[in-house]
Amino acid sequence: MQASLKKILGGRGGWTGILVLAAIILVAFPLTMDIFRLNLAGKYLTYAFVAIGLVMLWGYGGVLSLGQGVFFGLGGYCMAMFLKLEASDPESTKIQSTPGIPDFMDWNQLTAVPWFWEPFHSLTFTIIAIFVVPALFAYFIGAAMFKRRVGGVYFAIITQAIAAILTILIIGQQGYTGGANGMTDLKTLLGWDIRTDSAKYILYFATCAFLLGSIVVLRWVLGTKFGRLLLAMRDREDRVRFSGYDVANFKIFVFCLAAAFSALGGALFTLQVGFMSPSFVGIVPSIEMVIFTAVGGRMSLVGAVYGALLVNAGKTVFSETFPELWLLAMGGLFIAVVMFFPNGLAGLQEKYGPMLSQRLKSILANRKRLRAWQQEAPDATASKEYVVELPQSPAPSSSEPLKTAEAR
Amino acid sequence: MNAARDFVLSVEDLTVSFDGFKAVDGVNLYVDRDELRVIIGPNGAGKTTLLDLICGKTRASAGTIQFKKKELTKMAEYEVVRAGVGRKFQTPSIYENLTVYENLEVSFPRGRGVFGCLTFKRTPDVVERVNSVAETINLKDNLHKEAGALSHGQKQWLEIGMLLMQEPELLMLDEPVAGMSVKEREQTADLLNRICKGRSVIVIEHDMQFVKRIAHRVTVLHQGKVLCEGSVDKVQSDPKVIEVYLGH
Repeated sequence: MQASLKKILGGRGGWTGILVLAAIILVAFPLTMDIFRLNLAGKYLTYAFVAIGLVMLWGYGGVLSLGQGVFFGLGGYCMAMFLKLEASDPESTKIQSTPGIPDFMDWNQLTAVPWFWEPFHSLTFTIIAIFVVPALFAYFIGAAMFKRRVGGVYFAIITQAIAAILTILIIGQQGYTGGANGMTDLKTLLGWDIRTDSAKYILYFATCAFLLGSIVVLRWVLGTKFGRLLLAMRDREDRVRFSGYDVANFKIFVFCLAAAFSALGGALFTLQVGFMSPSFVGIVPSIEMVIFTAVGGRMSLVGAVYGALLVNAGKTVFSETFPELWLLAMGGLFIAVVMFFPNGLAGLQEKYGPMLSQRLKSILANRKRLRAWQQEAPDATASKEYVVELPQSPAPSSSEPLKTAEAR
Repeated sequence: MNAARDFVLSVEDLTVSFDGFKAVDGVNLYVDRDELRVIIGPNGAGKTTLLDLICGKTRASAGTIQFKKKELTKMAEYEVVRAGVGRKFQTPSIYENLTVYENLEVSFPRGRGVFGCLTFKRTPDVVERVNSVAETINLKDNLHKEAGALSHGQKQWLEIGMLLMQEPELLMLDEPVAGMSVKEREQTADLLNRICKGRSVIVIEHDMQFVKRIAHRVTVLHQGKVLCEGSVDKVQSDPKVIEVYLGH
């Protein structure tokens, strides 16, 4: 446990993990994928923001939220509102009965942009809102629950209910939110067309940069006394309280932190995919995000990113072939992970990684010895003494008799 | 008569009822500065509940708890701790996943807010305190061991050490020698005699041999009420106490 903690918190092992991840998403993916697939990978990486938030909240803080889609959605909607307003200039909306307002408002007999939409004309306000709106929302939920010591299953159920409520609200308020279709036809960011291939490349790399930056920031947080207290709280909440800490404040903070990072992911999702809809807010996506974290490893920030990538890649492949079975497979995967690999992929790597590298090293060493032996072999085969010499050969490899036969 | 003196802790008419059952019923308790008080009594006498009430874990139904003239009954747990009351639980309650060092460091009374924690630095005074407390509780050689790997007795000491880090003026220990070997009991008795200098200590204990070694005064609780109070000898010769507790 302690060893794994050190690994996650930093040291050489920790940085290797980040560098490997950076190499994969910054170099390997762009080199091997066309823009369509890269854009898809970028979309999955935006879910990873939620997953790393859940590592903090659930893995370290021990607070399971089944409503992180809410914050992903709030961030995404904030971004979408700005882009939608920009896309709805009077010129391109002149066929509407009220030109200059978003199309769905016009369809719903609105004649002016509602007051809470107004500030989203400003990009600065939008960027601030992307972080502040979800964090504030998380603060109110957190304060209402944690101060009353609501936790565990009850907290999970309430967050799930909030996800359901928000979805219903968004769908119901079609004139203000675009309803079930969401906000579509997003075109430009300050005049820069986000639908072109070059924009998609830039947005992909921006997502990677933000993600790696977020991991570094969260790793720093885990390295402070705050990180140790999170673990302490998860194991012995009462003791933390009786060491003079107000436990609720710590839970609220980590909940807000997870919300803010999820929202950043949501905003980047909107930019890359070009729309936002309630289907990313509700119960199902929220639970899926918990599964990404569980599969990747809920104690590993880097692992959670792999979890998000792998499960989504699996989902894409699997749901194309067996659309009905996908949900069942996902449920099965979650149960399997929780039962057999509670620390996910990161846990597996930790457990079997050293063993595997040991094996790999011995295989490589054997091969080297074999090659050295083979180089001597051509002369040796010529002479009869060779057979007598064989048992003295230092290579213990089992493939040796075979090789001898080949050499003959 | 009691009001005139300057007690560290004065508990008056303290009552708590759980669905009509009075676990603590009109208890009065006064603890002096530098006093080591032991509370004894049969199971279910309300000993642990009394500590829970003082440290804010359980809310009182009636009565007052004054600590250095401050009322504790309305405070949140962390406020009671910050006021200077430390509490050790019956079963060792430590952070198993952190090292002994980190366990002690987390208990250091600085940077207790969220942002205080984010900016907390391991300054020389922290290191010094951790080392001196580790020395007191005989864990100096185990500082970098994971706390979960300690023996039962060492865990108990570690929890006492975590309380010492807070420099409480009132220390409350719930059965600190439960499950300890004879030798560990002796070491713990020495430890308690050392740490009660400069602070008041309340100990709940069953082992009368151990009580004799440490107690200044003893309070006997029975069915939520104070049965008897005084020196160890006085309590041991009290016929009521012999009947309900010691006689068995």
